[in-house]
Amino acid sequence: MPDRKRKRKIFMLHILLLTTLLFAFYFFTLGPRPWPGVDEAVVEKIAKEHGRAVRKPFIDPGEGDLLLFAFLCAGAVGGFAAGYYWRKLVGEKPTEAGRCKKE
Amino acid sequence: MKKFLPALIFLLLATPAHAMHISEGILPFNWAAVWFAVALPFLALGLRRLNSLAQDDLSFKPLVGLMAAVVFVISCMPIPVPTAGTCSHPCGTGIAAILVGPLVSVVISAAALLIQALFLAHGGLSTLGANIVSMGVVGSFAGYFTFRGLRMVGASLGVAGFFAGLFTDWATYLATSVELAAGIRGDSPFLPLSGKIILAFIPTQLPLGIVEGAMTAGMVVLLSRKRPDLLIRIRVIKEQKEAVHA
Repeated sequence: MPDRKRKRKIFMLHILLLTTLLFAFYFFTLGPRPWPGVDEAVVEKIAKEHGRAVRKPFIDPGEGDLLLFAFLCAGAVGGFAAGYYWRKLVGEKPTEAGRCKKE
Repeated sequence: MKKFLPALIFLLLATPAHAMHISEGILPFNWAAVWFAVALPFLALGLRRLNSLAQDDLSFKPLVGLMAAVVFVISCMPIPVPTAGTCSHPCGTGIAAILVGPLVSVVISAAALLIQALFLAHGGLSTLGANIVSMGVVGSFAGYFTFRGLRMVGASLGVAGFFAGLFTDWATYLATSVELAAGIRGDSPFLPLSGKIILAFIPTQLPLGIVEGAMTAGMVVLLSRKRPDLLIRIRVIKEQKEAVHA
């Protein structure tokens, strides 16, 4: 069946994509470098050379996993918002009601 | 499953960002105030434009919502650059500027940067003005004018989108270098210091700009295939081009 074939194709594409991503992430971990951000490697380093140091942020997440949790939440909210609006944009056919001006 | 795939990808990518936003405390007070003063008029104009567009066209709201989410997630998504051994993130303001206009893109990036500075220790409140100017104002306008300029000379949607994303990224880092050099230089001469910062950014940002260009081109082309009517309404493509696509 063409529909079944299409589903299988999509499934295979996802498998391929996931393994490629996994390999890419694994490849990056093999590198000897600690992969610092450019804020650390450039901005903060040069600022320090000129006597400017980073201050603690207004809401300090500290050293533990709290920041990771915050980023996870932000990613989840941002991702779902993006998905929701994308679906709203492409999932609905354009209607005159959507285009009309508010009176 | 397909519907949740974008959200799943964004979830997997959500890790603490190591990025280019200028961190809290790096800029002295006077320079931080200057960048706030530069950013404020753009923000005010952007809010005015957003209000008028939302009143004119109801279908504009989902597009703004999508762009806000995209800019927020993209600008805290660290991408490792093997050639430099460092990580940085794209800006996303290029695609936002193309689709919703540069002024609305400034508002979107200001909101994203404020949330990141408050809750994610990414950027800073005192440096918010400087980050809005570099990512929001310079990035958005660079991307917008590149896209419009290339479209005017007949470039395809993909090519114009690619260069818009590329120049958004590079212009943002150029602006960050200038802001940083102006703020921290003390008695050192401005030009050599800004040159030094630009050179230090190049190994990371040169390839990342290409990634941002590809992302921008992909998003513009995808949207043009899915909703050509929307792109005609926001004057990204012309009516006869929709017929060609169809």
